[in-house]
Amino acid sequence: MTTEALIWLIPLPPVLAFFLIVLFTNKNKALSHGLAVGAAFLSWLGSMIVFVRALGVEHLGEHPFESSVNWLPIGDTWFRIGVLIDPTGAAVLFFVSITIFMIFLYSVGYQNFGQPQGGNDVKGLPPHGATVEEHGHKHVVPSVEPMYSRFFAFLGLFAFGMYVLVVSDNLLTFFVGWEIMGLCSYLLIGFWYAKPSARDAAVKAFMTTRIGDVFMLLGIAYLYSATGTLSFREIFTEETLQVLATTMTPVLGLSAAGLIGLLLFIGTVGKSAQFPLHVWLPDAMEGPTPVSAMIHAATMVSAGVYAVIRMFPLITADFTGHGLTTTMSIIAFIGAFTALFAATIAVAQNDIKRVLAYSTISQLGYMIAALGIGAYVAAAFHLITHAFFKALLFLGSGSVIHGMEHGVLHTGNHHVDPQNMFNMGGLRRKMPITFWTFLIGGFALSGFPLITAGFWSKDEILADAFGHGHLWVFGTLAIAAFLTAFYTMRQITLTFLGEPRTKEAEHAQETPWTMTVPLIILSIFAIGYGWVGIPEHFPGLGGLVPNWFHEFVGGTLAEHPEALAFNWIPLITSLTVALGGLFFGWLVYRNVNSVSEDKLQIPLLKNKYYFDEAYDFLFVKPAYWVAETLVSRWMDQGLIDGILHIFGPVTDKIGSFIRKYIDLLIVNEAVGDGSYKVTWWFGRNLRTVQTGRIQQYLMFALFVFMLVGAALYFYFRYFRQLA
Amino acid sequence: MNFIDTHLLSLILFLPSIAAIIILFLPKGEDKLTRWFAFGASLIPFLLSLVVWFRFEAGQPGFQFEESYVWYEAIGSSLHLGVDGLSLTMVLLTTLLTPLAILASFSISDRVKPYMMLFLFLETGMLGVFLALDLLIFFVFWEVGLVPMYFLINQWGSANRNYASLKFLIYTMGGSLGLLLAVQMLGVLFGTYDLLTLYQRWNSLEPGSLLLGMPVQTVKTIAFWAFAIAFAIKVPVWPFHTWLPDAHTEAPTAGSMILAGVLLKLGAYGFLRLILPLYPFEAKIFAGALALLATAAIVFGAFGSYGQTDFKRLVAYSSVNHMGFVVLGIAAAGLASGTIDANIALNGAILQMFNHGLSAAGMFFLVGVIYERTHTRNLEEFGGLFPLVPVYGGILIFTSMASLGLPGLNGFISEFLVVRGSWPILTAYTAISMLGLLFTGAYILKGIKKVLHGPLNEHWAHGEHKLTEINTREVLVMAPLMVLILWIGLWPGWILNVINKAVGMLF
Amino acid sequence: MDFPVLSVITFTPIAAALLILLLPAQRKNEARAVALAAASFALILSFGVYFNYDQAAAGYQFIEKYNWLPALGISLHFGVDGMSTPLVLLTGVVMFTGVLISWGDDDKHVMAGIQDRPREFFAFLFILASGVFGVFVSLDLFMLFFFYEIAVFPMYLLIAIWGWIVTREYAAMKLTLYLFLGSVVSLVGVLVMYWVQYQNTGVLTFDMLEMEKAGFSQIFQNIWFLPVFLGFAVLGGIWPFHNWSPDGHVAAPTAVSMFHAGVLMKLGAFAALRVGIMLLPQGAQSWSWLIMTFAAIAVVYGAYIAFVQTDFKYMVGFSSVSHMGLVMLGFSTLNRQGLLGAGVQMFSHGVMTALFFAVVGMIYDRAHTREIPELGGMNKVMPFAAIGFIIGGLVSMGMPGFSGFIAEFPIFMGVWGRQWLVAVIAIISIIITAGYIMRNIGQVFFGNMPEKFEGHLTDVTVLDKIAITTLCLFMILIGLFPGFMVPLVQTGVENILRLLGGA
Repeated sequence: MTTEALIWLIPLPPVLAFFLIVLFTNKNKALSHGLAVGAAFLSWLGSMIVFVRALGVEHLGEHPFESSVNWLPIGDTWFRIGVLIDPTGAAVLFFVSITIFMIFLYSVGYQNFGQPQGGNDVKGLPPHGATVEEHGHKHVVPSVEPMYSRFFAFLGLFAFGMYVLVVSDNLLTFFVGWEIMGLCSYLLIGFWYAKPSARDAAVKAFMTTRIGDVFMLLGIAYLYSATGTLSFREIFTEETLQVLATTMTPVLGLSAAGLIGLLLFIGTVGKSAQFPLHVWLPDAMEGPTPVSAMIHAATMVSAGVYAVIRMFPLITADFTGHGLTTTMSIIAFIGAFTALFAATIAVAQNDIKRVLAYSTISQLGYMIAALGIGAYVAAAFHLITHAFFKALLFLGSGSVIHGMEHGVLHTGNHHVDPQNMFNMGGLRRKMPITFWTFLIGGFALSGFPLITAGFWSKDEILADAFGHGHLWVFGTLAIAAFLTAFYTMRQITLTFLGEPRTKEAEHAQETPWTMTVPLIILSIFAIGYGWVGIPEHFPGLGGLVPNWFHEFVGGTLAEHPEALAFNWIPLITSLTVALGGLFFGWLVYRNVNSVSEDKLQIPLLKNKYYFDEAYDFLFVKPAYWVAETLVSRWMDQGLIDGILHIFGPVTDKIGSFIRKYIDLLIVNEAVGDGSYKVTWWFGRNLRTVQTGRIQQYLMFALFVFMLVGAALYFYFRYFRQLA
Repeated sequence: MNFIDTHLLSLILFLPSIAAIIILFLPKGEDKLTRWFAFGASLIPFLLSLVVWFRFEAGQPGFQFEESYVWYEAIGSSLHLGVDGLSLTMVLLTTLLTPLAILASFSISDRVKPYMMLFLFLETGMLGVFLALDLLIFFVFWEVGLVPMYFLINQWGSANRNYASLKFLIYTMGGSLGLLLAVQMLGVLFGTYDLLTLYQRWNSLEPGSLLLGMPVQTVKTIAFWAFAIAFAIKVPVWPFHTWLPDAHTEAPTAGSMILAGVLLKLGAYGFLRLILPLYPFEAKIFAGALALLATAAIVFGAFGSYGQTDFKRLVAYSSVNHMGFVVLGIAAAGLASGTIDANIALNGAILQMFNHGLSAAGMFFLVGVIYERTHTRNLEEFGGLFPLVPVYGGILIFTSMASLGLPGLNGFISEFLVVRGSWPILTAYTAISMLGLLFTGAYILKGIKKVLHGPLNEHWAHGEHKLTEINTREVLVMAPLMVLILWIGLWPGWILNVINKAVGMLF
Repeated sequence: MDFPVLSVITFTPIAAALLILLLPAQRKNEARAVALAAASFALILSFGVYFNYDQAAAGYQFIEKYNWLPALGISLHFGVDGMSTPLVLLTGVVMFTGVLISWGDDDKHVMAGIQDRPREFFAFLFILASGVFGVFVSLDLFMLFFFYEIAVFPMYLLIAIWGWIVTREYAAMKLTLYLFLGSVVSLVGVLVMYWVQYQNTGVLTFDMLEMEKAGFSQIFQNIWFLPVFLGFAVLGGIWPFHNWSPDGHVAAPTAVSMFHAGVLMKLGAFAALRVGIMLLPQGAQSWSWLIMTFAAIAVVYGAYIAFVQTDFKYMVGFSSVSHMGLVMLGFSTLNRQGLLGAGVQMFSHGVMTALFFAVVGMIYDRAHTREIPELGGMNKVMPFAAIGFIIGGLVSMGMPGFSGFIAEFPIFMGVWGRQWLVAVIAIISIIITAGYIMRNIGQVFFGNMPEKFEGHLTDVTVLDKIAITTLCLFMILIGLFPGFMVPLVQTGVENILRLLGGA
């Protein structure tokens, strides 16, 4: 099978699984997850084959795998859609397929497959656990998710969206995949729709991202009308970019390229939860822990970054190399700011998942910032490494929560929040696999030197920022990196180290293999994937392994980005912030045993700088008012209908006026018979003949004739000359 | 056979009415028979229009399957029928939705005979507008369609039906007065109502000359607005839209399906078939105003919908919002007629007409399904119904997403084309209408949230109020719609090709 | 054609009337039977005329001519053209249906139709009918006038005796006075024309075909057109001389209202056309602006007043004023479309308003009130009548697909040809009409039925249904196939245009 055909096929298995599950196998759990996991496996297999073949191609950048077909007739031409795999695409496809496959596998365990049906479980709510009777004594065990099959259906659809987005060769199908994922995140966040919090979180997520999407749609429309095409390859030709870069727009003195780039970037801001559209992501943790959360955090949100990476040539079209363009500086600023600002919030969160959620936002900020300053490869690199270790962390936290829930079921005390880190502690003994994998992920996130993947990618970003003299970006990111390491260690300490702080923590249990195996696999990548991107000038290690990633991914761009000269300052900085952060984190939290002892529970941070409240006040409430009061009540029912309702009464008024004052008064009285008296006079004289004798009427007519005769005589005497 | 071949359009047009008259003579009280007969009868035009669809040669310019019969010689009007890609799409939509609507009204048990008769007459009325190539015939069917719809609302509607139906009738008729006058004037000027002739002669009047003692330009401008207002009310364009929420809400389910699915399209079709060809110049001048109204419709429609607590009203307002895009596309085309952007905008507008026909009909039907079971449309009284009616819930979410314009479903393609086409022509308006697109999401999600999600409202959970799942017949009504929604969303080429060619040749 | 069909049609009713009067008073059903027989006979003959009229040949056909008073040039000269043929048919139809709905049934408790002295009632009704036929077919001015008076007289009795007790005296008197004064005025004109054409040609004749050639001078026509036209037009209910008609309608018994609004008003319009416009064409041209003004006012004015009426019959009465205004409007355009429309409108309105009054009568006979607010839910007891009224309503609001549209549309086209402003003003009436028609249908037929009616009301009789069906058929037939009547009227229009000098 040709690679192109294979690429076409990659997205199909999951969507087929979706339809099969929805239409047929909904009832049968085993069949459903069998279909879903099988589909994920097939897609993974296909992706791997494509990836390997991609490695084999010389100058894949110039001659990528691509094929397309006619789709929309536009005027005399057709709008074509198709698939494209260039080096970046291949690299992304690689991690996407793996993480997705892992998610599918993990979900089987997480949704308690094989466990009994919960007695009082209802659709739309998390399972409460089931009471089983084993040789004599009752005890409570986790119960299977009531909507198990549906969950896998959604996962399938989600995977489809992601694959479509990755392999598509044009912005339109890219957007299709983008939005399908949006829908899935809506469905998955609101998976337990009976929980008002989940329901609202779902709506919030959809609406917030949609704000970005409508701008993105505008950008697409603009790009399409400016270039007449949406295919990446056709847009990124030298001349097209030249035209876009040179045509000016009235907005902020941006070039067309800049404005389009900006519009598209707003889409990313929404999808990748960048400031100021970051508010939805933490709430998204309402979804079934942690799979849907992880979908947003590790996979879907990276789609936002991927979009910017895809559009990189366009965004940098008028970038001369020194002095960022307006668009780029905006991107860089938002990225850097988000990185820091999210990190500060993460420090004060106690929900194990929310910490990770904010760290995700912060890490995405890193990548965005990197792209903003033109560090293409570094961004791509960090995107991938981050995907691995963040997936690992989320799955780990899921495993932790799962273990805690087990404890909760055991004690039966449902007031204990299994996600609050202050209820944990000492889990390293209870769940060793989870602990070690989580530790790896955490260190990778903090950028623990040399061994972890996170170190290499993060270091490269810092090096780029420094090397190209964007010191403020460099500084901001450095501080963020420090905080990252700090809150990560805080998390690890509170969760795993020390002694159990609650009974539930004591009775926590290691999770089944379906959950731990993915953890192990991912942790391998969380370490190993860093090695493909070691700068060759790196002291000691440099050159031992070729900087394959730089070569390969860099090849995507028209002009290959040259490798950066080595500099000690960024390296030292990243070493200090990483190790320092970790150390302080451990130092501060190693013997904190309750929230009250935590010095960093600053209200401002805990409440995420009050963004939700502010947005509610600034946008949500006004929107309600406009919709319900202004438009519906005042404008439609009040003004417009008010005007319409005038017509009836007015017609009535006119009618009765004419009748009363013209018809009866003037026409009837004056023109008409004059007065009732006359009538009655005639009436009296004619009443005698109401017996029906026609002759008298004829007599009357004759009388009239005679009158007329007289008149005629008179007429001809005087007026005959007229004739 | 040969007869059928030569009279395809007139058969499509009149078979429903003939069926209606036959129903009159069906035995009394045989509701089942009546229903099935009506359903079967309404299928024939659908099949015939499929025949037309497949025999239709998209590439060939001008009208096809033309037929012409003497009707009103004295004033130069003849029953001239014919289709091009534009009208054929609409005919297909009409003949498809009518059987579904009739199937949807099998639950009607009160005076089935007149109900079904009115429905079939209604179909003739709508088809006539799409098929007419004669201005007077166009007007005749334009007005005739009102009557059955009036009685459907007035007789089988819900609580506030008298107000709604009267508002609907009077408003639309009042709006058509100007159209009526303009039609008369054209007839007097040219002594014929044949559209093809009018296209040329009306446009070949040299600007300087006098008409009825006024400069041609003035006359044309007035006539343009006479046409435009009549169609704008039908579409409806803001601020002429307030009849719609009332009519849609009070009408019986199937009535709303047809209202939203087809009747609104009559207005848009009027713009495309009459205004753009007859008033290219005025269309260019006043495109701005039209775009303004369209944008207002998009934005206020979305807000209005978001502000409703009545499920059906919410859906009704969504029609205002969606049809706004049609008008926006038309306005753009009017402004930059002939350019590729204009063609794209028109493609979008026409496809949007078709798509909205599918999704709006579906939405109204789904509202009807739940209303028949709960006898309430108040969103506050639902809540958490998903576990009770999973299938219904799935269908509702699917259809809602189509209406929301989710990529991969039909709505997105048309809206994207409209936006794409209008962007270079009416940049500002297009940008503003994005606000509407945003709130489309808001009200759709509100609907789903209030009906399906959230804590279960125990009232519907058990007892005599227990909510029953959507039944097979109802699923059968939705199935074709859903298939088309998905099909067009994934592979729009088959229908857009026809539209695109027609647009290319028309404008 | 040797068979003197026109005179037979004309004199059948009067013969029947005499026959009926000879019957003993208590033999009600025989009287009704004779009436029905005669009506059917006349109807069949008028159908014969209608369908045997040779449109290709056009002009006056079925001509009969008998000397009557040669000394004065008065002859019994009958003949029909494209204008009058439909009206003959109309008279036949209204007469037939009128008899049906006034049949009455003595055994039922509900007072439907005519119970009181049906013998005399039918006799007078038929005398009236003869008069009407006579006017439509006469080509002799004197005869036309003679029949005209015959048609007018019985109205008085029919209203004053069988009418609505409350206003019949007043209404009958008012009506008689208006019509007499009108006819006197036009009579004067007629005689003057008679004399002057004698002066010009030296021939004493009332024959209109002759008088068309009389060559009246412009100034003479200018002076005498108005009196002649308006004099007749009073019976056509032209504004501002319309007031007799609503009162008359209301007071008259159902069948009479049908005749009155359905046929008599056409009588006035027709005579005004035949004598006023066709004999004094230049006069018509110089005064058409005034007629047009009156007509335009009548159209809107009538509609507005009808809108506020709470008495069902008044509502219909004023709607007739409005619709007859359209006929006059058509006349006043003096061009092809306008006259064509007027011709069709005369028929269409005749059928429609006859139907209206028939249904209103049926409701009144049962509910004993005509106050619209007091009525309601009639659709439950008399669905057939409801459908009939709805169709009539659609016709009167000019809904396409019904005869009303076919008639009004060319009228407005004609007006456009003359003065577009008038068209713009007059068109308002359509929407107002739609307003009150729909509102009243909603109230009377579909509103909530007052409990005092519950169970007390009976459905309409079979005869009523036949009548309703007949009338509806015509409205739909013409609406769907204008070819049924339009080409015929066209031939008549051509003739008029010839007289107008090919205007």
